[in-house]
Amino acid sequence: MATKDAPVTNPMIDPVTGEYRVIAPGHTFKSVTDKVSRIVLTTHTPLGWWFGFLVAGGFVCMLTTAVTWLFVKGVGIWAITIPVAWGFAIINFVWWIGIGHAGTLISAILLLFKQGWRNSINRFAEAMTIFAVMCAGMFPVLHLGRPWLGYWLFPYPNSMNYWPQFRSPLMWDVFAVSTYATISVVFWYMGMIPDLATMRDRAQSKFAQFMYGLVSLGWRGSVRHWVRYETASILLAGLATPLVLSVHSVISLDFAVAFMPGWHTTIFPPYFVAGAIYSGFAMVLTLAIPIRKFYHLEDLITIRHIDNCAKVMLATGMIVAYGYSSEVFMAWYSASHWEYFMMWNRMFGPMGWSYWTLITCNIALPQLMWVRKLRSNIGFMFLMSLIVNTGMWFERFVIVVTSLSRDFLPSSWGTYRATRWDYMTFAGTLGFFTFMFFLFIRFLPMIPMSELRLMLPGAKVREKAEPHSTGTPVPEAGD
Amino acid sequence: MPLPEGVYCLMAEFETPTALVHAAHEARKAGYRRMDCYTPYPVEEAAEAIGFHRDEVSLVCLIGGLLGLAAMFGLETWIAVWAFPLNIAGRPYFSWPAFCVPAYEWTILWAGLSACFGMLALNGLPKPYHPVFNAPNFRNGATSDKFFLCLEATDPKFDVAGSRSFLEAQSPLSVVEVEY
Repeated sequence: MATKDAPVTNPMIDPVTGEYRVIAPGHTFKSVTDKVSRIVLTTHTPLGWWFGFLVAGGFVCMLTTAVTWLFVKGVGIWAITIPVAWGFAIINFVWWIGIGHAGTLISAILLLFKQGWRNSINRFAEAMTIFAVMCAGMFPVLHLGRPWLGYWLFPYPNSMNYWPQFRSPLMWDVFAVSTYATISVVFWYMGMIPDLATMRDRAQSKFAQFMYGLVSLGWRGSVRHWVRYETASILLAGLATPLVLSVHSVISLDFAVAFMPGWHTTIFPPYFVAGAIYSGFAMVLTLAIPIRKFYHLEDLITIRHIDNCAKVMLATGMIVAYGYSSEVFMAWYSASHWEYFMMWNRMFGPMGWSYWTLITCNIALPQLMWVRKLRSNIGFMFLMSLIVNTGMWFERFVIVVTSLSRDFLPSSWGTYRATRWDYMTFAGTLGFFTFMFFLFIRFLPMIPMSELRLMLPGAKVREKAEPHSTGTPVPEAGD
Repeated sequence: MPLPEGVYCLMAEFETPTALVHAAHEARKAGYRRMDCYTPYPVEEAAEAIGFHRDEVSLVCLIGGLLGLAAMFGLETWIAVWAFPLNIAGRPYFSWPAFCVPAYEWTILWAGLSACFGMLALNGLPKPYHPVFNAPNFRNGATSDKFFLCLEATDPKFDVAGSRSFLEAQSPLSVVEVEY
């Protein structure tokens, strides 16, 4: 809360509640539409965009190189060995999928909870989800060894008379992730149809009018359409919510179903889901902070959004911290020699540094977000988002590598040291993600205009214009 | 089918959603039934005012979800019991708890796809051409900041002069005749 006595001078603070405003005062339907659509419809592409786009494109070339070499030589170019058969591939897979989850949380769960503030950031959070899932999806396929046979994962009648094995969590993963990707795309695209119609109507060039006309499917904003559209949105939100919880739970079962010390625990599903949302919100901030600055969107993506994201991070971070402490407690309480050694090895073994990095990044430093002043400090929050994402990457590193490298038998112990191809693939996906994001902000409206209009002061229908005649049912108008 | 010709509707443009909802109420009271409102964001009151209360999207979604559930559970059972039975550590062929997860995912997948495509189908989209786009002011405002009420010519109560004066009385920004 703001200090009660001092008069509120900051226009971004609502004097009534003392909370930050969701949208800066003074916006109208027209100004919001202009502001968002101009970014896309301008004929002048900012130089900064080209710069970022080309740098990201360079990284995509690196990814292509790394993947091509992988196709030529096989997974031997990665550092995976026995016992660490799941190296960077699974670490990056889980990390990317986790990042995607915040997008769904923002678009679906916060919609169900009627959190109006999410409206400004949900479109690009959803885009983030889709691109993150694309990056995530690459890793298990590349890790197959013969990636070109990846379609064997799906059940289809084939000449080998062979069918997939549905008792395995790895098979569940195929369906969880493919469903997640599909539903995310559908939700994102459907949410964009009215805005694409706005772009169609405002575009100047014939080509843009044609393209936006094509993808907006002839949307004309009929209230009958809006009613069905709203129902479909709520339904998709209601479906995406259990979906997002199930996806990371299924992924955690890849680990938890195995007997490996440190993996075989029931806390994995909730703790993975919380971690996913934690890192996802961090990624939302990593993207939102530079974008709002670069495109001068401070009016629409306000301190309120950043503050709220910080609070969600704080909450999910505490759940994650609970997960870590529960792991330590269970290692002791289980009285299992293997579990006990696993925890000792994580903390003080040869890779102990990674455990302490994770604790510092995910638990210790984020506690600074309790301070309101820091939460509204843009630079600090940007730094914090990077720290949390690093921490969450190390969490997956610790889970995968320390458990696998030293399991039950010391004679089978090994170590893990990522090769340059591992790093190139990972950095390449970061580049690919950024590359896709640059394309998205240039060609599609990154802030949902139709949803922002709903939040403006003039959007509500004022006085109830006479109760409409009820009683005898009237014939429906044709559609 | 011959192409329809002549007047499609009379279209009144309003500045605020309140004015639109008021006009829609009046139109319904005056006996108009074949009409529609066009708004740049969902205005539930306008839908109520023109007497549009229920939509079938939820039903389509439910049916889709149940089909998805049945399809995946059936597929898994058929594969595990008949098509490709594998003995995995002595577990029963019909390991239904394991089958729940993909079946759950497909329930969501089919329900979500049905909700989206069902919504589009019920709305009659995609429909790149529609007469309302012929109104000169429609594309300028309907998807950004203006609110439209459209009285369709197929309504038995519709007549160009009478309906026009009715709409003029609702203090719109403008009233235009829209041709097919």
